[in-house]
Amino acid sequence: MSLWINTKRVARYGFIGFIRNGFVSLAAVSIMTLTLLVLAGLMVFGAALDTTLAQLTQKVDVNVYFTTNAAEAEITDAKRMLDALPEVASVSYVSRDDALAQFRERHKNDQLTIQALDELKDNPLGAMLQVRAKNTSQYEAIAKFLETQQSSETSVGSAIDKVNFYQNKTAIDRLTNIIDTSKRLGTIVAVVMGLASLLIAFNTIRLAIYTSRDEIGVMNIVGASKWYVRGPFMIAGVLYGVVSGLIVLLLLYPITLYVGPPLQRFLGTFNAFSYYAASFPSIFLVIMGSGIALGALSSYLAVRRYLRN
Amino acid sequence: MIHYDKVTKVYNGGQHAVEDITLSIESGEFVFIVGHSGAGKTTLLKMLFAEVAPTSGSVYFNSRSIGELSNGELLNMRRNIGTVFQDFRLLPTKTIYENIAFALEVAGKSDDDIKADVPHVLELVGLSDKMWSFPRELSGGEQQRVAIARAIVNQPNVLIADEPTGNLDPINTHDVVEILKKINNLGTTVLLATHNRSIVDSVGKRVVTMDQGRLIRDDKMGKYIL
Repeated sequence: MSLWINTKRVARYGFIGFIRNGFVSLAAVSIMTLTLLVLAGLMVFGAALDTTLAQLTQKVDVNVYFTTNAAEAEITDAKRMLDALPEVASVSYVSRDDALAQFRERHKNDQLTIQALDELKDNPLGAMLQVRAKNTSQYEAIAKFLETQQSSETSVGSAIDKVNFYQNKTAIDRLTNIIDTSKRLGTIVAVVMGLASLLIAFNTIRLAIYTSRDEIGVMNIVGASKWYVRGPFMIAGVLYGVVSGLIVLLLLYPITLYVGPPLQRFLGTFNAFSYYAASFPSIFLVIMGSGIALGALSSYLAVRRYLRN
Repeated sequence: MIHYDKVTKVYNGGQHAVEDITLSIESGEFVFIVGHSGAGKTTLLKMLFAEVAPTSGSVYFNSRSIGELSNGELLNMRRNIGTVFQDFRLLPTKTIYENIAFALEVAGKSDDDIKADVPHVLELVGLSDKMWSFPRELSGGEQQRVAIARAIVNQPNVLIADEPTGNLDPINTHDVVEILKKINNLGTTVLLATHNRSIVDSVGKRVVTMDQGRLIRDDKMGKYIL
């Protein structure tokens, strides 16, 4: 018999089984919808955590202040050396004039300071390099490197006036801890909740197939091959996944729309609805892919229990 | 055609369901297997379609030892053996048409053959008007006739019926036995396990009697004697 006819018959029985076992299908779809909702929630939670942590990380940097008489070439050398460090994500140069302009801007409402500044003939501010590390835990290594430069009495070292890492060290260390703990906790929560949901969905499908164990026995006796018995149940499993996936994708629209603004007020820049809209293709793939894989795999394993030679 | 060679079956609890049975059945025979409940009738039949494996000894079908068949050969053999049970064992979510079509589909029949064979076999068991009903909508007797239709639709060499009349009233019992006789007259070997004395005595065919797992009598034109 051709593979096409077999596939057609298996698919038809899968659809028929899904429709005719309405109550069982409803139970399986309900549980799988909850499972996929948890998965979607974990995706949004993960994205919110990543965005918030990235935003916090962006706020941390180490500034290298140069003496007012440091030559441009020394500063460029220092920038080149820092750029070459593997820990460094970016180095931005703020010239003496830019530093003065920024200072004036910052104190534009403080007439006394502006007047005092105007009294001076020269620009009292030195140039500065703002160094951003790839990871907050790497600032210490960068600061140590700069310290070594300073103590080595090279031309670059002597041009450095001050490195502000140690003033910010406590704050940076605390932030590094918070970020590490949040990531670890986030992963643990995601794994535990994901596993719990998977187990619940798997057992529901197993229960659904348990009700058909006699039917599977009859199919064995009339000489149906293993795939001919298993196929319709796997198709029904895939349908559970597709239907639940579609329900979840539809539900996410109003949910993210509703929780988006309050969540944004709490977290800063992360907006759940914008994330849903912007990442819809990847959310679609993950939710539908997980639903289909979970349904098919659970059915495969559950039927295997009742199949005989 | 069928040969049990010193077959013993001991279940996990140590209970001897079948003990040292040697029995041969020729093609086209109608054989009653009789005995009290627990005599080993069902186990003996289940070993023929490999639902139960013997603890020792061998069961041969068409001179091939069933225990040595590959998976594919086993499936083919099952398609050559029709089975009918006391509890009908129909597929509850499939219509009567689909229940019978299923046996044809697994045997690799084409859609055209299925469309022709299913109404024909349902006519044979007198259920043409129930084709699109579900099993739950049929009486016990009707469900058993569907089970027989499914068992014979592939024109098997052997039909195994395990207490097929156990859940039926006398009229339905008579109908089922008449259908089985008709099938046997068409050349199919029929093995019928029962403890219904009247049908055994009325048909007057070979009777194999079992007691506590042992074969105690084998009469060519027997009666129900226990």
